[in-house]
Amino acid sequence: MSASHGIGGDPEEALRLAERVVHAAQAAGADEAEALVVADESALTRFANSEIHQNVASAEVYVNLRFVRGKRVGVANTGRTDPEGVRALVERAGTIASLVDELEDWPGLPEAETALPLPEAWSDGTAHATPELRAEGARAVIAAADEAGVTAYGSFSNEAEAVAVVSSKGICAAERRTSSQLLTVTMGPDRGTGYAEQCSVDATAIDAGAIGHEAAQLARASANPIELAPGDYPVVLTSYAVVDVLDMLGYLGFTALAVQEDRSFYEPGKRVGSPLVSIADDARDPAGLPVGFDAEGVPKQRLELLAEGICRDLAYDTQTAARAGRRSTGHGLPAPNPYGPFPANMVMAAGDASLDDLIGGIDRGLLVTRFWYTNPVHQKKVLITGMTRDGTFLVEGGRIVGPVRNLRFTESYLDVMAGVDAVSHERRCIRGFLGASVVPSVRVASFSFTGVTADS
Amino acid sequence: MRDLTSRALDTANALGASYADVRVVRRVEETITIKTGRLEGVAGGETEGFGVRVLVDGAWGFAASHHLGAGEADRLAAEAVRIARASATALRNAVVLDDRPPAHGRYETPVAEDPFTVPLDHKIGDLMAADEALRRSDGIAWTETSFGAQRDDKTFAASDGSYIEQVITHVGAGLEANAIEGDEHQRRSYPDNGGAWASAGYEYIRELDLGGNAERVADEARELLQAPPLPAGTRTIVLHPSQLYMQVHESCGHPTELDRAYGTEASYAGTSFLTPDMLGSFRYGSDLCDIVADATVEGGLGSFGWDDEGVAAQRVPLIKEGMFVGYLSSRETAPRIGRQSGGAMRADGWNRIPLIRMTNVNLLPRDGMTFDDIVADTDDGLLFETNRSWSIDDRRLNFQFGTEMCREIKGGKVGRLYRNATYTGITYELWRSMDAVGDASSWKMWGTPNCGKGEPGQAGHVGHGVSGARFRNVQVGVVE
Repeated sequence: MSASHGIGGDPEEALRLAERVVHAAQAAGADEAEALVVADESALTRFANSEIHQNVASAEVYVNLRFVRGKRVGVANTGRTDPEGVRALVERAGTIASLVDELEDWPGLPEAETALPLPEAWSDGTAHATPELRAEGARAVIAAADEAGVTAYGSFSNEAEAVAVVSSKGICAAERRTSSQLLTVTMGPDRGTGYAEQCSVDATAIDAGAIGHEAAQLARASANPIELAPGDYPVVLTSYAVVDVLDMLGYLGFTALAVQEDRSFYEPGKRVGSPLVSIADDARDPAGLPVGFDAEGVPKQRLELLAEGICRDLAYDTQTAARAGRRSTGHGLPAPNPYGPFPANMVMAAGDASLDDLIGGIDRGLLVTRFWYTNPVHQKKVLITGMTRDGTFLVEGGRIVGPVRNLRFTESYLDVMAGVDAVSHERRCIRGFLGASVVPSVRVASFSFTGVTADS
Repeated sequence: MRDLTSRALDTANALGASYADVRVVRRVEETITIKTGRLEGVAGGETEGFGVRVLVDGAWGFAASHHLGAGEADRLAAEAVRIARASATALRNAVVLDDRPPAHGRYETPVAEDPFTVPLDHKIGDLMAADEALRRSDGIAWTETSFGAQRDDKTFAASDGSYIEQVITHVGAGLEANAIEGDEHQRRSYPDNGGAWASAGYEYIRELDLGGNAERVADEARELLQAPPLPAGTRTIVLHPSQLYMQVHESCGHPTELDRAYGTEASYAGTSFLTPDMLGSFRYGSDLCDIVADATVEGGLGSFGWDDEGVAAQRVPLIKEGMFVGYLSSRETAPRIGRQSGGAMRADGWNRIPLIRMTNVNLLPRDGMTFDDIVADTDDGLLFETNRSWSIDDRRLNFQFGTEMCREIKGGKVGRLYRNATYTGITYELWRSMDAVGDASSWKMWGTPNCGKGEPGQAGHVGHGVSGARFRNVQVGVVE
């Protein structure tokens, strides 16, 4: 960021703050205590109508305390780091712990484990990114749009954070992380729209001109879309669409709490995908946005969620792991967390096809750039409805023949995974619900479109 | 607080800002979640900080920090100015704000029973009793009962001399029963999926009577498991207020946001089919359709004294007798359509800039028919109740909604229950087909505390007053 004004990027200071909070909680009578500190310095430059219209920066701190007395757990958080703020935090969490009932199945805070250093999670290029650098990126995207005769919309963001978890059980984890994302939607005069995105640990590695060019060309190619009747079509889904499939599978299925509440499709050994589909959660993969440990300070384990289409592992936090008689896999979110653990760093195995190969294998079908406003219609079946957006094309005889108007789909993402018959070798790192996923493009034998949007 | 805001404004002006404003916000929150009798989580949160927004050379800059102090005010003002100068390197149209008199005053949400001083064990006890009532009968796999409260203590000051203090309090609560058999999972909730929210105190939670509705909710969850899927077809539909408010939110509230219409949300939240050239001439709905954005109504999540640009709360017509007549707007966007700001700029905390957000976007009631009269007047139709899923395209035209409950109406009587029911259509086609709107007897405020918009993301608290309505020739579908 442009100036250092907090503890964003300084894990040692975050660690000291977490220790201070834990010691204060113990002094106030906590049998167990855990403090999560996230100190964040972030900035985002936003552009629309080919000009910068919003441009922001902030320095924030989040401290979350679990105060445990016996089996009574109180949780409180604060954005204050001054002594009075810490005192009030401890008092609030302690009061809650004194008033709540015991949790019969409380497993205790997690035991100490050591998270290995993860230098790949940090880039000075992002930490020192300036408003001028972001403006330069925005101008590069706008220039590519101008050249193509379309208009650019999007954002360029940088984030540097220090994260620390300290507990009375010996957890002492700290690391610094950076991330940067540039995304753009481009719009042409004849209803053509395009999209492109790049995210990276290193802001200086983002090629704004290339992203702008990719989206601008899509907007040109998707101009004057025709209406296509809804129905079942084979499709090629680009990485921008596939990331939504992985996110929904993670949110609705590959989380231990969903299984324990019997609302997940997951069964060990059950086939839900084609043999071409292998999905891991690997937070240490440098192709994504690396993270060394979770909100409980537990080191992130690599999980084989789907191996050649077969359900294998699940994401656990300490509470769900204890119910299952095992250890946390390092996928806990900040307490209190009624949603359960979450695999936020999914990586889908690459295939051997090019995007042209994927398109070339379709006799009559569609190429979908990305999905929009997806929402579960039926959670256990992972039945999702949503729209296509920013480049939907009719493919005939293995070639793109022209753009079509955006379509509504209502389709089970399990069926999508089962229908994958080719996977690209190229993968992209794309932001997801909570983290970032590394995803290829795929071809799916059949995809159910249930409606089409209007022209005006 | 004046020292801090004055320092930031003075520094911003000295560094070349033609306009500056400062917002200082202290937010406290409390959440309680119970799952199947287990107190899953109780949390209390507090955050405070301030943000400085400046206009320099016609371009915006904003910087925010959790440190409160004179030195930080100087640093933030300088950073905001630097950011604005960077914005100016990619600016094609300088920002022009409308004129409004400097704003002064204080506003507080009317609260009869402060939700933060009601003893925690009392609140937990209320929820536990409701959750226990949900679990009295067999066949419920799991339950969830929740409470939330949020209070923002906000100070706004601007370089034109404005100085405003507001205390906004929101509360919400709800419960749900989940019945599961094989692959079939049915959820039934009350009063709404995710709970019902209002600007009010704990008296609102008492009025919800969670416990008194628990047994019915559990029964309906079990009943849904045995219900047949809804056959596809074109039908008359009646939308209960618990679904109609979401229809208003997605298909009227969002497309009437003027920033969307001008494309400034295109990269995230999308645009709007309601472009400014259609203002005053586009038939959005039937003659029965009157929709307003009203920040002055009591109890809504979009009720306040001033927006986060210091514009006084007001009631703005959006749709009048079916015609599209107005937008939710800001000081920057309103002059582009020759109007004054409608006072719809709202920020999610100290660390975010204000964006055009819904206030309370309300479908006005019509004299003549109660909601029950509408049902009784329907010979062959479907009654959709309580939103379960929602999706709409990026221009807010093609929508699909699913509801928890869908009951057949035959000869004016409510009968057979269907599960996994959805309906779909095009926004203006649906609203033009509306042939009955309930009167004031069933009109009340609903709302959502999680309306997403903006980059970085912001969660908006927005309200919707509705009474229920009927629509003709709507496509309904089966999704099994």
